[in-house]
Amino acid sequence: MLTPGQYAQLWNGMLATVQILAGAFALGIFLSLVVGVGRLSDRRWVRGISFGFVEFARGISSIILLFIMVIAIPILLGDMIPWLRGRSVAVLGALALGVNMGGYGAEIIRGSILAIPKGQTEASIALNLNPTQRLRYVVLPQALRIILPPMGNLTIEILKGTALVSVVGGFDLMRATQNQIASMLARGAIGVTVLFVNVLVIYFILAQGVNALFRLAERALDRRFQQRPASKGVRIDATVGAETDG
Amino acid sequence: MADDTPHTQQAVDEPSQEGGDAPAQPAFDLEVEQSHKWYRRPDVLVPVTLVVLGLSLLAIVPAPSGRFSSQFSPGREVSFGWDYFFHLLPQMLRGLYTTARATVLGFLIAATLGMVMAMLRRSQNRVVSLPTAFLIEFIRSTPILVQMFFAQVLVRSVDWLSLNPIVILFLVLGIHYATYASEAYRAGINSVPKGQWEAAVALNLDPVTKWTRIIIPQAIPNVLPTLGNYLVAAFKDAPIGDAVLSTAGVLFFANTIRAEDFRPVEPYLLIGVGFLLVSLPAAWLVRRLEAHIAYERG
Amino acid sequence: MRTNVAEPDRNDVSDKGAASVRFRAVDKAFGALTVLEDLHLDVEPGERVVVIGPSGSGKTTILRVTMTLEHIDAGTIQIGGEQLYHEPTSAGTLKPASEKHIRKVRSNIGMVFQHFNLFPHMSAIENVMLAPIKVHGVSRDEAQHNGMELLAKVGLAEHANHTPGQLSGGQKQRVAIARALATSPSVMLFDEVTSALDPELVGDVLNVLRDIAEEGRTTMMLVTHEMGFAREIADRVLMFDKGRVVESGPPSQVLDNPQQERTRSFLGAVAEH
Repeated sequence: MLTPGQYAQLWNGMLATVQILAGAFALGIFLSLVVGVGRLSDRRWVRGISFGFVEFARGISSIILLFIMVIAIPILLGDMIPWLRGRSVAVLGALALGVNMGGYGAEIIRGSILAIPKGQTEASIALNLNPTQRLRYVVLPQALRIILPPMGNLTIEILKGTALVSVVGGFDLMRATQNQIASMLARGAIGVTVLFVNVLVIYFILAQGVNALFRLAERALDRRFQQRPASKGVRIDATVGAETDG
Repeated sequence: MADDTPHTQQAVDEPSQEGGDAPAQPAFDLEVEQSHKWYRRPDVLVPVTLVVLGLSLLAIVPAPSGRFSSQFSPGREVSFGWDYFFHLLPQMLRGLYTTARATVLGFLIAATLGMVMAMLRRSQNRVVSLPTAFLIEFIRSTPILVQMFFAQVLVRSVDWLSLNPIVILFLVLGIHYATYASEAYRAGINSVPKGQWEAAVALNLDPVTKWTRIIIPQAIPNVLPTLGNYLVAAFKDAPIGDAVLSTAGVLFFANTIRAEDFRPVEPYLLIGVGFLLVSLPAAWLVRRLEAHIAYERG
Repeated sequence: MRTNVAEPDRNDVSDKGAASVRFRAVDKAFGALTVLEDLHLDVEPGERVVVIGPSGSGKTTILRVTMTLEHIDAGTIQIGGEQLYHEPTSAGTLKPASEKHIRKVRSNIGMVFQHFNLFPHMSAIENVMLAPIKVHGVSRDEAQHNGMELLAKVGLAEHANHTPGQLSGGQKQRVAIARALATSPSVMLFDEVTSALDPELVGDVLNVLRDIAEEGRTTMMLVTHEMGFAREIADRVLMFDKGRVVESGPPSQVLDNPQQERTRSFLGAVAEH
């Protein structure tokens, strides 16, 4: 067990970790969608760029990408993109992790779109939906059910990746842990061991939390597929002309 | 009756025949031929053998030792110079070699330990299977970076135990990826259709024959590409050891050079490029293997 | 996210009346396999044409190229006098049509599939309302009103809130027909709409088709194996084989008194079956 003060510090670190994860997740989902759909574009150059992005983001090690993003990129591109200068390590780190997530996520999205039966696209062509509408109203809502489980696993991988931000000087749960090591060494190595067990458990709980959220989303989606709640549907009156409620 | 039933050009799903059926009986005077196994095909066998040989070599031969030092005075006026970039190349390759070697050694542990974990997880005895399942989940869902710190602290706190940082690195890599490997094995074993298990019982095969002749040969094609993917993933995590344990891999190289010359752009971009030059072909090879085996499985 | 509504025929799901379909020298091949060869075919407005033929004869492809699910290799197709795959240039010649042009002409066509292809994540009424709202810019209320009328017409008003997973095959197909009718197409294509159904469910679907035929607001092209139904509903029957029309005429001729040997053997095989 640790002292309340130590737990308070770990709590702050955990909040920082969750923030980095949230930023990386938002960017990651956005990139996944754009690049995943881009991989299936009719235009060759869009496919090419998307493929290049995916290969880069999946091929590079996240810790190396993090070093490049936090240390090299602001120097290299700071003149072109002034925004990069003076960004906090947390923001740049979330950027790197988001790119990383986008590469893997794009392949998840692409695979799920390909898994939707061809008849669905054909029916939406027969209804004269345009390509964007086909994707938005017909393909992606169905693909979502296939996307969720692997996306949940990917999010946990990114959660694990957030610990790397501490190595490039950002503040997170791992940094909050390291800040305490020096003072703890006085009490012997056992204390440090206990500290690390606590930190591992916190990461484990966070991962289970992410897992639970995705499970909930899956369940909600399954229910929607099977039956719609009456409030969202059409009220069926004796007369044919129906109206919506709510 | 079916031949006259008109159909559209659209393929109507027909129940696909699952593999495993014996081919038609040959006439009596025909010799029984050895069935054609996917791993005997030269287009799979040759690259797999070459890769295994290469990896073994990597595991046996250590990198030349020595400090990283640029011995180059890059100017301060530009933020990127090609001459400096290429000057650093040989040392980067040395670091990359160390990283790759730690990966391979770590993955040897992962592949073996993973099998043990998978078996314990499958145990009928819940006292064995449940804690194993929990341990796998716990290790899988916590950062390898924290695990490395933890291992380092643990090793330091035990007086009689002194381990080389590189040994800690491949132990942690090995244990971390063993949990992934165990899930791959499990999925592979579960992918063998239930009918195959039942057939093995019906033929009254003993457990050893059942596993070595029926289950494992059918599970491997599913497991191999997944393991390959995890090998590449482990390679991407190996540089974390440089940051935590100061092992002399690519990232350690870049950090050292940066501290020496205060020119961070080139070393980090260089290791990024070096990394991609290894991981992209490796991932491509895994995909090729996957495609070949998938084709074979029909 | 704002939805872009299709440019053509906004707010136009009103009755446009039946339209003609004209094939001129249409070729279509899948690799080495020729499925349509120099096809010339005129379907007059309001006409009900049934296409029969053995599997692989290309009869489904006629419908699929009309719906632009497959694109033709050569020739032209006109819907209601407008080129489907081509646009007239200022010089008076034809050039390959833009996506926009194809969508404009295609909005006059509706199609019902063998395997229904209902959207599983939407209820029956949502399936029916989707195209009127998103493609034709009809208001939600109006789309819902029309949709419920259509569902009532196919006998499924009380199933409006059910998802396809909760419906039987015959019910699914009737929802699919209502969905196709929701934009009041001038040409309706029916691709073996009863072949995926259990025999006892076929009747309900055929009844709906009869109703549509009786109303006569749309041209109908049907591929079917229900010879009895074909005899009853068709103005004209086309016997199709190896990418070509072998025989064409009123059902009394093609089905009851075929002139071609190929037609006779095909009908014989179907009857045995």
